[in-house]
Amino acid sequence: MLKITNLHASVGEKEILKGISLTVNAGEVHAIMGPNGSGKSTLAQVIAGHPGYEVTSGSIEYDGQDLLELEAEERAQAGVFLAFQYPIEIPGVTNAYFLRAAYNEIRKAHNQPELDPIEFLDVMEEKLTVVEMDASMMQRSVNAGFSGGEKKRNEILQMAVLEPKLAVLDETDSGLDIDALRIVAEGVNKLKRPDNATIVVTHYQRLLNYIVPDHVHVLAGGRIIKSGGKELALELEAKGYDWLLEPVTA
Amino acid sequence: MTPTATYSDQFAALAAPAGAPAWLPALRQQAFERFTTLGFPTTRNEDWHFTSVAPIAERPFKAIKPAATTLTASDLAPWILDPSWHRLVFVNGRFEPGLSQFSELPADVEVATLSDALRESPEWLSAHLGKLAAFDAAAFTALNTAFMQDGVMIHVPKGETVELPLQILCLADAQAQGAAFHPRLLVVAEAQSQISLIETFAAIGGAEYLVNAVAEVTVADGARVDHYKVQQESTDAYHVSAVQVTQGRDSIYHSFSFAAGAALSRANIYTKLLGTGSEARLNGLYVLDGTQHADHQTFVEHIAEACASRELYKGILDGSSHGVFNGKVYVDPEAQKTDGKQTNKALLLSEQARVDTKPQLEIFADDVKCTHGATVGRLDELPLFYLKSRGIGAETAKALLTYAFAAEVLETIENDPLRLALERTVFERFTHASFE
Ligand SMILES: Nc1ncnc2c1ncn2[C@@H]1O[C@H](COP(=O)(O)OP(=O)(O)O)[C@@H](O)[C@H]1O
Ligand SMILES: [Mg+2]
Repeated sequence: MLKITNLHASVGEKEILKGISLTVNAGEVHAIMGPNGSGKSTLAQVIAGHPGYEVTSGSIEYDGQDLLELEAEERAQAGVFLAFQYPIEIPGVTNAYFLRAAYNEIRKAHNQPELDPIEFLDVMEEKLTVVEMDASMMQRSVNAGFSGGEKKRNEILQMAVLEPKLAVLDETDSGLDIDALRIVAEGVNKLKRPDNATIVVTHYQRLLNYIVPDHVHVLAGGRIIKSGGKELALELEAKGYDWLLEPVTA
Repeated sequence: MTPTATYSDQFAALAAPAGAPAWLPALRQQAFERFTTLGFPTTRNEDWHFTSVAPIAERPFKAIKPAATTLTASDLAPWILDPSWHRLVFVNGRFEPGLSQFSELPADVEVATLSDALRESPEWLSAHLGKLAAFDAAAFTALNTAFMQDGVMIHVPKGETVELPLQILCLADAQAQGAAFHPRLLVVAEAQSQISLIETFAAIGGAEYLVNAVAEVTVADGARVDHYKVQQESTDAYHVSAVQVTQGRDSIYHSFSFAAGAALSRANIYTKLLGTGSEARLNGLYVLDGTQHADHQTFVEHIAEACASRELYKGILDGSSHGVFNGKVYVDPEAQKTDGKQTNKALLLSEQARVDTKPQLEIFADDVKCTHGATVGRLDELPLFYLKSRGIGAETAKALLTYAFAAEVLETIENDPLRLALERTVFERFTHASFE
């Protein structure tokens, strides 16, 4: 589904991603872990099409297409979704309007009829229960004045509504208490299907107790320095990252 | 012919309305002489630095005697915010009783047109008319005072609350071509009284005319006046207005100015906080395109102690339009514990659009909290990316964020039908989608 090959990306003169290769197949959950500043969010934003990062070399193939050729909105319409580490506040646009606009744009892109506000209400009602969110949140401005936990849940709500094929969750767990963490994780698990895939970016093992990854990768200094199965996450939890960062002699 | 000469001939021909009190011609005469002396302001005048009124001075706008309108109530529907409200309708400056309704006002609340008030309560009028709107340094106010034809006089007695808002609708149509209108509004809200006013200026068709409006508003101790203005004149028209308010102890005056019409508009909104603990909120939004020019000037005079003033002005500018915001705040040496906040933000949608903004703070008391901030900029990249990352196309995302920019100030309108109407207007203008 996703094939990243030797990806280099920079901001201005500063190279942040220094040759990343990663393959994600349908039905899989990948976890990307690593210390702060290692480039995890950059990778996530590059996948979503953030215009502030320049891809200097390498490629990303998604569903047989060259992802880097697509605008951010075209990627979303093709099923790519990023749950932001720091969701953006948009005072003045209600969550309800925002979600329906996004939902309809994606339907339009697939030649499906748009839903009017009443029809959309039914969709919403079901999705709100997935993330255990109160309907009153829909009338509030997008993320404006939301608590950290509310923002993260709102990201998962968007994901539930948009039903992406490839979801990238960027530290959706950080700042969440155990209850919120459980809700978010259950939301993700409920949305899991054999034909979609999830990349979970985190630097705690905690979330991976709830969302069990098929593969775990360690990102440091803009490179994937180790990959393994779910046991790797436990090992990282016990030993930290330092042992990986030491120069390895064969 | 000099610009003021156009008006000399007209002034000579001006007949006093039948039954008008003797003081009226004297007031007009004095005002006209002042106007002749002052002439139209030029950009050398500090208060008019960014706004040239040459297009107004160069055009020989004339008073007209319009025929009774053939418009019906359904023609007014686009501007009637709620049919149950009290309303006075003027078409081409002429009062239209058949389109107005204000008989359901509380019995002791007096609302009359200027011509009726001149006949029915000349003493009361002479005590209030022209008392706040000084014209010694204000040419347009002098011109209005010399030529004021009709308008609305409102007297809310002590302790009375007018429950339903009162809307004053001034419409111009093809008959208005080349005409000058000088509408006048006088509001006296006695102690502990309350009233909410909406002035709407709009046009049917694209005539070129001048509206030169003056309003005087007294908000006595403990009274509250909400004063909204919606300016949607023809984009070929000129609109100049001056509002002068005085506020007593613990009074509240909330003003909102929405400006989307006129080739050139200027709105002065001045309030004097004379009584301790009074509060003024002056907010506004202007939305411009093409070669439109809109200038707002606010002036808050903190004279008494412990008064609060809040100002939030926003502008959205496209095309090669030009916006001006000049917020003046004066804090008297006696006005300790003043709490003043002024913010103005402009969003530029094109390379050619321009904004000039000038906060002017003169603070002579030491125990005060006064802040001001101004920003002029374009849409932020991050919210745009966030919307796009959800599948929303670039154009729609920009439109939504432009609307959101306006919504922050429209939200402060406490009158729901008006707020919704303006939200709808702005939303549909930018998104070209229908507003629900
Ligand atoms: N827009 C940016 N401008 C400048 N430096 C950036 C920008 N985004 C990320 N960086 C830098 O790139 C590195 C990786 O950041 P990030 O991808 O956010 O790491 P992580 O998510 O792993 O904590 C950091 O050193 C960070 O300061
Ligand atoms: Mg990060």
